[in-house]
Amino acid sequence: MTTTARLFFFLPGLLSLLTVSGAGCGCDSDDAGSAGARGGATVRLLNVSYDTTRELYEEVNAAFALAWRAKTGQRVEVRRSHGGSSKQARAVIDGLEADVVTLALAYDIDAIARAGLLATDWRTRLPHGSVPYTSTTVFVVRRGNPKAIRDWPDLARPGVVVVTPNPKTSGGGRWNYLAAWGAARGANGDGEAAAREMVAAIYRNAPVLDSGARGSTTTFAERGVGDVLLACESEAWLLAREVGADRFEIIAPPRSILAEPPVAVVDEYAKRHGTEAVARAYLEFLYSDDGQRIAAKHHYRPRSKEAEAAHPGGFPDIERFTVDDQFGGWAAAQRLHFGEGGTFDRITQGER
Amino acid sequence: MTRLTPTPATRCGVATGDRPWARRGLIGLAAAVVSLFLALPLAFVFVAALRPGFGAFWAAISHPDTTAAIRLTLLVAAITVPINTVFGVAAAWLIARFEFRGRQALLTLIDLPFAVSPVVAGLMLVLLFGRQGWLGPWLLDHGVRVVFALPGIILATIFVTFPFVAREVLTVMQAQGSAEEEAALTLGASGWQTFVRVTLPKARWGLIYGIILCNARAMGEFGAVSVISGHVRGETSTMPLQVENLYNDYHAPAAFAVASLLAVLALLTLAVRKTIEWRARSP
Amino acid sequence: MPARRVLPGFAPTMALTGFAVGVVVVLPLAGLVLQTLSLDGPAFWNAATSPRALASYRLTFGASLVAAALNVALGLLVAWVLARYRFPGRALMDALVDLPFALPTAVAGLTLTALYSGDGWVGRFIEPLGLPVAFTRAGVTLALTFVGFPFVVRAVQPVIEDLDPRMEEAAAVLGASPGQTFARVVFPAILPALVTGFTLAFARAVGEYGSVVFISGNMPGKTEITPFLIVTRLEEYDTAGAAALGTVMLGVSFALLLGINMLQRWGDRRGAGRR
Repeated sequence: MTTTARLFFFLPGLLSLLTVSGAGCGCDSDDAGSAGARGGATVRLLNVSYDTTRELYEEVNAAFALAWRAKTGQRVEVRRSHGGSSKQARAVIDGLEADVVTLALAYDIDAIARAGLLATDWRTRLPHGSVPYTSTTVFVVRRGNPKAIRDWPDLARPGVVVVTPNPKTSGGGRWNYLAAWGAARGANGDGEAAAREMVAAIYRNAPVLDSGARGSTTTFAERGVGDVLLACESEAWLLAREVGADRFEIIAPPRSILAEPPVAVVDEYAKRHGTEAVARAYLEFLYSDDGQRIAAKHHYRPRSKEAEAAHPGGFPDIERFTVDDQFGGWAAAQRLHFGEGGTFDRITQGER
Repeated sequence: MTRLTPTPATRCGVATGDRPWARRGLIGLAAAVVSLFLALPLAFVFVAALRPGFGAFWAAISHPDTTAAIRLTLLVAAITVPINTVFGVAAAWLIARFEFRGRQALLTLIDLPFAVSPVVAGLMLVLLFGRQGWLGPWLLDHGVRVVFALPGIILATIFVTFPFVAREVLTVMQAQGSAEEEAALTLGASGWQTFVRVTLPKARWGLIYGIILCNARAMGEFGAVSVISGHVRGETSTMPLQVENLYNDYHAPAAFAVASLLAVLALLTLAVRKTIEWRARSP
Repeated sequence: MPARRVLPGFAPTMALTGFAVGVVVVLPLAGLVLQTLSLDGPAFWNAATSPRALASYRLTFGASLVAAALNVALGLLVAWVLARYRFPGRALMDALVDLPFALPTAVAGLTLTALYSGDGWVGRFIEPLGLPVAFTRAGVTLALTFVGFPFVVRAVQPVIEDLDPRMEEAAAVLGASPGQTFARVVFPAILPALVTGFTLAFARAVGEYGSVVFISGNMPGKTEITPFLIVTRLEEYDTAGAAALGTVMLGVSFALLLGINMLQRWGDRRGAGRR
């Protein structure tokens, strides 16, 4: 046999050697969390989060690790997974063993609770209904705002190209949709028909519906699609900072939604991993001064007034309405608007 | 299904009746197609990866989450490829050398992963092994996690790369017949000796080619693994998933850096294929 | 194949193959079928034939057909050139043909998107001409053409190499134009291989996911392919709906495989008849 041939017979063996030595220093990378809270060993937490919190939790995780080490002497490593909120909830239900979930909307954590992985009263366990920070939907437009977009009705004008994620899979997409609906209904006072008309027109103007909010941001910023991006405040600021303030402007509409992304410990998995205490401490850290400050730094509106005041430039004044007030809660909103054959399906199929 | 085994170019085709202008035109057109459609994307991967400079490239490659993804990808390939190699050779021997009932059905089942969408493959595994699946709860009770963990990723990869080795070796074995094996057996060699001394060397080019195709696909699989992995950084994200993670993190250059490693893998695969073709032609 | 059992190894290879096929292929298939059976008839029908599902089938199969047809044209050209001519760079061209087999689909999708979006290397030239590719059906077709490119070339190339040039010479001597020679002599000989290549490229395109998600806008009813809709259904907690669509795709895969096997037998018969 020739040398090349021999080499390729040995290749699999070589590879396995490489990876075995690699896996050795990877510290049992295949069973995170199971190490549990045993003595001096590193504890692992898995935080399954939604799409636009990537930068927030990168910083929170590092800060929490320091704080926890200082307090208990124990090393903690928080791993993260990001994606559309509903997709992430589905993964947790199907067996992605998250110790904590930090999702875009309560409906998704309710779904996890319905699957029996945490108690249905999870909202009552942490302050402010388990929502450590809030946000709202704002507009990002190209420099100089060439299409003169100021308020929701401007998005429905013919010729304006809107970028927003798919409300069926993205929590942010649902916040944006409900923000438009609620703003249209409230502002004009002429009720459901007008709201439906306007939202349908907005989605007619949306050529791309990415499955997650981050996908939409990329579509708008890097691929140059669209005149206006609907994004939560944090994402809009991030875009301005990461991609360049000289290319985009943030427009705050007069009215928008009060987006409340909740957090919870997934009891079942945390129990299995023996990480309940540290998981709870991790979420409580979000309410601490440090946690609130980090949230504000990433342009999530913190609960603490000091942290909010410390935010450079401050948060613009936007009249914000809640899902409970306008839509009678998430279960009703989900059924009416986003379920199979719901309003969203009808308005997008009507225009085909 | 397809015969991917390189066919030795037979004769130096002299296309008669071809006018020089037609010949030149056709070559030019084909070259344009191949360079615009295939070479340009390949070149772009490297340009985009190295545009921010080598330092940034290195920083992207050596990020802990990325090195974990590289390790995971190598580990998955190192487990998947040997399993599919052993299975592939056994299946090829079985199908090429024996006539039995259900042979055609077996062949169809082996081919099926070629035709099934990777997403459907991932879906099937979630339905079977997920926490709400048919086998998942029982396995979880016994402490076995499949979905969103290494076993699931490996199962998905084995599924999508299942036919490669079997098909390549089968094509070679069918073409060669079994006269030499029978001779060896008549001369007193044991079955295993015959297999190692006669069959394997004869089928080696098909085998190697099957292995590198299987390896390339195993390292590059996206759809099936994406459905079943959970995208946990540093843990269940393979290299292709890490490309997607980084791209969505606004680290497009870093995404292209990882993509360029996968493109190098593709280039190596092509180079090995060419080498095999060349060796097979001059035995 | 002769039914000789003088060769050893039937029992162990049968056991191993049976076990592997059982665990890797049959078991997951059973999972999908069981899940689908747990739906009642009307529920399955609704999930599989919702307007959005129908639109996704139209795009998936339509774009795959167009991509496979494009591959027949491009693949025939490249196969012909590779088989018939010797020129500098031929080996390189031959190697590059297999690139879509070797390049991970996610890399292909990422790269094609970057190249063809409005400010990409290619997009900036064709988008002003009113030909947007990224995030349109054209983009989906482009990605599917890319992943299926090698199939036609690799199916047709050996057949062209095996053609006896004397047939063409004879036709030319008898006064046929190059076009007539191609249509009457060459084309019938390579037709089975062309059809096989077409079907393989089509089968590959129908199931493709990785490269398409990047370049398609994933707009329901417009640029949403069926595999993406399956993922969306899963993400909407609609496991049954995902399973229904998966079953439809699986049925199509089976039909395609059957077709490919029959085509290959047809090709072999014709090839044998010729020799």
